[in-house]
Order: sequence, then structure tokens, then C-alpha cells
Amino acid sequence: MKLHEYQSKQIFSKFGIPVPRGRVASSSASVKQIAEELGSKVVVKAQVLSVGRGKAGGVRLADTPETAETLATQIMGMTINNLPVYKVLVDEAINIQKELYLGIAIDRVNSLPVIIASAQGGIDIEEIAQNSPEKIIKINIPLLLGLREYQIRSLALTTDLPKNYWRLFMAIANGLWQIFKQYDATLVEINPLVISGDSRLLALDGKIELDDNALFRHPDLVELRDLDMEDPIEIEARKYGLTYIRMNGDVGCMVNGAGLAMTTMDMIQLFGSEPANFLDIGGGAGAEKVAAAFRLILSDSKVKSVLINIFGGITRCDEVAKGIIKALDKIKPQIPIILRLEGNNAKEGHELLARAKLNVVDSFNEAAKLAVESVHKA
Amino acid sequence: MTILIDKETRLIIQGITGNEGLFHAQRMLLSGTNIVAGVTPGKGGEWVLNGKIPVFDTVHSAVETTGGNASLIFVPLHAAADAILEAIDSQILLIVCVTEGIPIYDMMMVKSYLSKKLSRLIGPNSPGLLSPGESNVGIIPNDIVKPGNIGLVSRSGTLTYEVMAVLNQNNLGVSTCVGIGGDPILGSGFLEILELFEEDPHTDQVILVGEIGGRDEEIAADFISKKMTKPVVAYVAGITAPPGRRMGHAGAIIEGRAGSAQEKINTFKNLGIKVATYPEEIPALLK
Repeated sequence: MKLHEYQSKQIFSKFGIPVPRGRVASSSASVKQIAEELGSKVVVKAQVLSVGRGKAGGVRLADTPETAETLATQIMGMTINNLPVYKVLVDEAINIQKELYLGIAIDRVNSLPVIIASAQGGIDIEEIAQNSPEKIIKINIPLLLGLREYQIRSLALTTDLPKNYWRLFMAIANGLWQIFKQYDATLVEINPLVISGDSRLLALDGKIELDDNALFRHPDLVELRDLDMEDPIEIEARKYGLTYIRMNGDVGCMVNGAGLAMTTMDMIQLFGSEPANFLDIGGGAGAEKVAAAFRLILSDSKVKSVLINIFGGITRCDEVAKGIIKALDKIKPQIPIILRLEGNNAKEGHELLARAKLNVVDSFNEAAKLAVESVHKA
Repeated sequence: MTILIDKETRLIIQGITGNEGLFHAQRMLLSGTNIVAGVTPGKGGEWVLNGKIPVFDTVHSAVETTGGNASLIFVPLHAAADAILEAIDSQILLIVCVTEGIPIYDMMMVKSYLSKKLSRLIGPNSPGLLSPGESNVGIIPNDIVKPGNIGLVSRSGTLTYEVMAVLNQNNLGVSTCVGIGGDPILGSGFLEILELFEEDPHTDQVILVGEIGGRDEEIAADFISKKMTKPVVAYVAGITAPPGRRMGHAGAIIEGRAGSAQEKINTFKNLGIKVATYPEEIPALLK
């Protein structure tokens, strides 16, 4: 789960990380009011969970409260990478002397958190890593010890941070580590961390991502989820315990298991079309779950055919077939449905489906091909 | 004939009295797995599966009484990390965790502890292991593939079964199938399992089924090209997966520029390792 910049900065403040003065707003009138209160030039920043908002014109500098209001109206009407902008953050404008990068992420290779700092900030850290890897320092944080002061000193030294800022830098790095640990984060990032013209060290932008698997122990953080940033079908899918991800193609698919679901999408592309979605219905696949999955897939009007690909491992195919027949009977879809059932009791499953006059295909390749062809015919 | 599990495996099941635990214990018993004990805190002294399997309160007492040397974990996610640590502390050599959804921080803790111990962990979020005709530890169906000389290692569940079915249709068999799990932090990666297959005299070639996310395939590719004498065929799922989205598995996510299927496929191919475009193509690429 990703948090907005304004949410991240509120958490930063709580952990002693200095941030510019500012507030979030969802109307241009309150933007004007905040700008007046701040009494300085301000930056109006779109709050949208997408990269590239700056390039899209979602971050603008305003000299007067009136300009801030006008800009806010423009920004709040924008869509950035298909995501609507409903809120803006209004921050005091900061005169920048130097920009750095500081973040903590998960290092999957070493199975440990890694703290990353760079003398260059303000741009994508991966870009820095590619263009000037010598400017980046990465240190694994041993979990049983936590982040140590000597490690933070190494970061400060490598990033050429003037020594008069070291004490503050130490507090900021520690704050980040505390957030990472206490909130079960997978990413906490300050980019850029700036030295301002008036010699302050502060987080100009902030990003926090939380481990979805740990949200059960953070009910207060779940409330920070912004459903405006999510696809309504994906929200609906979650209610049924299903994982649905919308794609741009026209072949819908319903699969049991995440790996097989990805392979099914890949096969649809291989045979000349594009998948409309990722959908893992998990094990079991009873009538109710299948029916819910169908409703989700068909609520996307781009879908012109549906490929159901089930591998019965422990689950018996005849049980799955019964679920599918029941669900189809209820939903009565008006587009071609291609079924492929393999594994445990597949023969019995096929017989049931054939009797219900459903289109069953033996091989995975054939099924994918047929699903794609039926789109082109439609 | 196999790696990690065989007829000598004396299996303890942590969480044996839960629905999933009981169901799979029954199934594994029928497929010949030697289950010696179950563990459910608070239910010690009971017997399950028609009085065949004793239940203990702790892993330690189960090991002491029955000599169990492997453990399979079906414990609910809130208690799963604790269950793994308990198994490590009871000197269990092979621990297999099926539980999905353990927080990353907890798993990093477990791995930090594990690095100082002798235990080997498979999973979490793993379908388990199968050595056809010998032993079945986990939730992999035991009747879709026959014994053979192909080692199979995968990050997935049903996709692995799909590959096994393809092998079966082509009259090919498996020495051992290992599901390393779909999580970002895993007890064992491809590398550790490939090392075992390389040493196993009954495995002649290996199939590696990868997917988007992380660098495990890249690390495996490096090992295969530098150290392995046995041929490996790879397959990577998720060529159509969009960046930044978690594709069902917690570990299946393209982060920034890292972890895409294309990058992994290129790495394999650049090192001369064969890559199947789709599962049904795998048999043709085997020796």
C-alpha cells in the first residue's frame, strides 16, 4: 500500500524529520487560504500515487495566494497516468542549496533492509544508479542490531554532507529507520532531502510504501488507503478475496494460481491479442467465487472473450466444472467463453461441461489460440 | 533418487489439527509419506487421522518422542514466523512453510536467525516438495507425474503442476519437485536447490520455473553458467505483467527497472541457457 506525499510527511513530522510548512487541500479556495497563512511563495503539488507528476505539470510554484488558487484549480482537474487528482499539498517554497537522496528499502537478495544515500537527489534513484553509481552508497541494516550511528556517518561522509549538518542527518536517518520498523514499511524515501538557502536540512518530498501482508497489525494505517487511486473493479475483487488487476486488452481470463494466471496472460499475447486482466481465483473455485469472478471480468466493456484456465491439483476438476456451470447459468454471458480444465479428474469435468454445451479445449495452447481467434471474429 | 525428501523423511506437521493441516496430512499419508507427529499448541495428547498420528504441544516434545527430522508448517499467518523459529530451535533440518502472507519484516528476522543455524527452510508461501513414489511434503498433488530423472524447481504452485502434467504427457518423470514459494523473502532460493540437483546422482537435468520480481533468476543463471554440469531449461512467467503491480504472489512485482520477465529471459539466453516460450515447449528443449 502506497501513501501520499502529504501522508508521508505527516508521519515524518511525527518522527522528528523536518518538512516544509504546509497543508493538504481538496478545494482551490482552501488552497488560497493556506497560501495566505503561510505568507510566502508556495508550491502546489498534486497528490497522486503515480510517478512523473512533475513532468505532467502537477507541481507548480505560485508567487501569490491568488496564483496558488488558480493553479490548484488546474491541477485538481488533471489526470496523471490515468489517476485523477483530487487533492493538492500546499507547501512553503524552499530555496534549494543542495539536493540529496536518503531512503530505506528491502534488499531481497540479502533478505535485509538497506539504507541508501546519494549526493545527488531530486531525480529517480534508479536513474542515479544507472548514470552515476559512484554517487550512491548502500548499507544493509542488520535486524538484530538496527541502524547504527557509525553506519549513518558513512552515509554522511560518502554524500559529502557538510559536518555541521551531521547531527541533524543522524536524527533524520534514525527517524526513517523507526518508521520503517514500526510501520512495517517496504520503502521510506526522502527525495530530495535538501539543504535550504537558510541552512535547514529538510524533506522536500516523501514516499512511504507499506507491506500489505503486515496491515493486519496496523488497523490505523489501513485507514490511510486512498480508494480514489484504485480501480473500482480491483476494490470490488478484494471483497471476494480475489486478486484482479486491470489490463488493456480484450481477452478476459480467469485462472487458479498466480503463476498460471501470468502464464495465461502471456499466452494470450503470444497468440496475437492482449489480456484484459489478471485474475487469480485461488484454490477451491466454487460456484459463488466463479460467479463473482465472471461479474468482475464482464464489468470491463472491452472484454470480447473469456478464457478460463483451471489446473485441478488437489481440487478436483469435476467439482470446478460444476461451479463453472452453475455460475454461467446464473450470469449468462453473451460473449464466447473458452474453457480449459486439466489435472485431477479432468475427464469427468470435461464430460460435465460438454453436457452443458460448453466449449472445452484440451491443450493450453489451443485454448489460448481459440480465445484470441474468437475476439477477432467478434 | 531424490533431494531433500525420501522414504526416510520422518515428518512432523505443525498446525495438523486445522482444516488444511488435516486434509493434507490425510492425503500425504495415502501417498506414502511417513508422518510421525503433529503439533498444535494446547492439543498435545490428542490423536488424529483415526488414531494414527499423535499430537504434541511443542515441536521439541514431538522431536524427542518420535525422532521427526522434517517439519511442514500449516500454521495461520499470525503465528507462522513463530512456528518456523520453533522448528529451527528444535534442530529440525528441513522446514517447509506453506503459509502465505507472513509480513516481510518477520521473514527478514527469521532469515537473520536461520543464517546461524543448520536448518534449511523452504518457503514460505510454498506448495512444498514432491519426490514421486517416495515422499510428498506439502500440497503438491502426488499423482500427476511419475518418478524420473528431471529436477523441477519453481516459485509457483499450479504453474508447476502444469509443467509436471506436460512432462507426464511426454512420458518424462521427476526426481524431486521443489516449490520455493512466491514471497519476496524466501528460506531457499533457486540457487540452493540447483546446488542440490547438481550433486544428486539421480537428477540428470533441471527445469527452472521463474517469474517476475527480485533477482533470484539472475543469480541462478550465473550459477548455472559457471558451476553446473547438468543442462537446465528455464521458463519465466509474466512477460505481460505491468510494472509496479503485485501479480498475486507477494514477490511477483516489477520494481522500477528491476525484475521484469524480459530481463530475466535475456539473462538466461545471454548465458546460453535455454528458455521455453510457453510450458508445452519445455520437453522439446530437454536433452
